[in-house]
Amino acid sequence: MARTDAVMPDHAALLEAPAPSLARTLMWGFARVFSIVALIAAWEGLARSGQFTPFVLPSLSSVIERIWTDAISGDLAINTGLTVYRALVGFFISMVVGILIGVAMSRNVIANWFFDPIVSVGFPMPKIAFLPVVILWLGVYDVAKITIIVIDAIFPVIAATLIAIRGVERELIWSARNLGANDRELMWQIVLPAAAPQILTGLQVALPLSMIVAVVAEMLMGGYGLGGAMMTASRFADSRGVFAGIVEIAIVGYVLIKAMSVLRRRLLIWHQEAQEPTTT
Amino acid sequence: MKSAWFRYLPLVLLAVAWEAVARLELVSTSALPPLSEVAVSWIDLVRTGELVGNTGASLYRATTGLLLAIVVGTALGIGMAWWKPINVLLSPLVESFYPLPKSALIPVTVIWLGFGNGSKILLIFMGCMIPVTIGAFNGARSSEQTLVWSARSMGANRLRMLWDVVLPSAMPELLNGIRTALALSFILLVSSELIVAREGLGHLIGFLGANGSYDAMYAVVMTVSFLGFAADRGYQMLVNRMLRWREQTP
Repeated sequence: MARTDAVMPDHAALLEAPAPSLARTLMWGFARVFSIVALIAAWEGLARSGQFTPFVLPSLSSVIERIWTDAISGDLAINTGLTVYRALVGFFISMVVGILIGVAMSRNVIANWFFDPIVSVGFPMPKIAFLPVVILWLGVYDVAKITIIVIDAIFPVIAATLIAIRGVERELIWSARNLGANDRELMWQIVLPAAAPQILTGLQVALPLSMIVAVVAEMLMGGYGLGGAMMTASRFADSRGVFAGIVEIAIVGYVLIKAMSVLRRRLLIWHQEAQEPTTT
Repeated sequence: MKSAWFRYLPLVLLAVAWEAVARLELVSTSALPPLSEVAVSWIDLVRTGELVGNTGASLYRATTGLLLAIVVGTALGIGMAWWKPINVLLSPLVESFYPLPKSALIPVTVIWLGFGNGSKILLIFMGCMIPVTIGAFNGARSSEQTLVWSARSMGANRLRMLWDVVLPSAMPELLNGIRTALALSFILLVSSELIVAREGLGHLIGFLGANGSYDAMYAVVMTVSFLGFAADRGYQMLVNRMLRWREQTP
C-alpha cells in the first residue's frame, strides 16, 4: 500500500499557526492533560458516589494505596521485575533469531523455500492457542513462558526483516560492489543499515506483543509476575488488587514502548525520518 | 514455474516429521500424539457437535466485539481528524491507552460482566478499538488537501465531503488498522477463554488438556490456528476487492 504520509510535513507546515504566544502554549498544554485529569476525576467521583460497589469499581485512591503497600513490602519490585525480565528475554530472542532467519531467507534459496510457507501460514495464526501445548511440553516455569513469547513475537520480526532487505535499493548494492565491498561488508555496512527503519518497525510490533503474551502466560501459569498477581487477586475477589495490577501493567507497557521509540530516534538519527515530526 | 505443491512442500514435510516422530515414539505420545490420531479426534469432535457449538460461541464473541470496535473506532478516528476539539480531548487518552498490554483487561472485564459472553465482547471491543482509531485518524488526516478544496469549491457540504472524500481516502490506512485489530481479536478471544470461560474454543482446549485427552486438544488448537489464518486471508481478499478503485501503485 502506498504511504501517503510522506507528503504530510508540508501540509502540516502550511496549516500551522505562526509562532504561538505564551498564553496559547499554556492553553494547549492544559488541554492536553485535561482529558486525563477528567478521567481520573471521573473514576474517583464515580467510585465515591456509591453508584457502584467497591468490588466493581474501587476508588483510585484506594488502588494507589494498595500499590504503595505492595511497593513497600517489595512484592511490586519482584512482580514487575519478573514480568519485564520474561517479556524482554523473549523479545531479545525473537529479535536475534528473527533477524537471522530473515537475513538467511533473503540470501539463501533453500532457507527461503523452507521458511517462506511457515512464515506466511504461521504469521496470521493466533499462536497463543499453543499455550497449553507449551505447558504440556515445558511445564509452567520461565522456560515455558519465554518460549510462548518467542513463538508469538518472532513472526513480525522475520516478516519485517525480509521485506526490509528485499526493499533495499539495487543502486546502493551495485555501488558498494563496484567500490569493492565483499559479502560481509555489504551486509553490515549497506544492507542492514538501509533495512534498519523497517526492521525497527517490526520490532515495535513485537515488543507490545511480548508484553501481551507475557501477561497472559503469567495469568494462566500462575507464579510471581504482574499477570500472576492479578489472577491471584481475582481468585480471592480482591478487586483492588486487580485494578492495581492494571495500573502497574499499563505503566510498564507505557515505559517500554516510549523507550523503544526513543531508541528508534537515536538509532535512526542519520535517517530522514528523524527530521520529520512524529505522528504518535 | 514453481508449482504450489513445491511451495508448500515444507509444511507437508513438517506434518510427515510430526507423524514419524510420534509413531517412532521419539517423544512420549501423550506430549505429541501422531497427526493421524489428531485428525481422528477432530472428526469425533465434529460428530459430537462439541467443536461446532464452541466455535459458534467463539466466533459470535469475536465478531460482535470486532464490529463494535470498527464502528466506534472509525467514528472516533475520523472525528479526531476532522474536528480539532475532539482531537485535543481524545488524543491524550488514545496515546496513553495505546501501549497498555490489552490482556491485562481480562480480569477487570470479568469483574464487571462475569464469565459469559459480555466480558469477552467488552474485552475485544476495548482492545481492538485503538488500532482502528489510529488507522482511521492517520488515514483521514492525510487525505489530500487538493481533493478537499476542490470538493468544497464544487459546493459539497461538510457531511457530503466526509462521506465522499475523507472516508474513501482514509480507507487504505483504516483497513490496515482493522487488520491489526482482527489479529488482536483472536489473541484476546483465545486467551480470555483459556483463562476464564464456560464455553468457546479456548475453554475447550483447556478442558481437554486438563482431562488428558491431548489428541483432541491438539485438534482444537489446530482448528483455532486455521480459523485465525482463514480470517486474515479472507479479510485480505475483501480488502483487495474494496480497494480496486485505487490506481495501482507499484
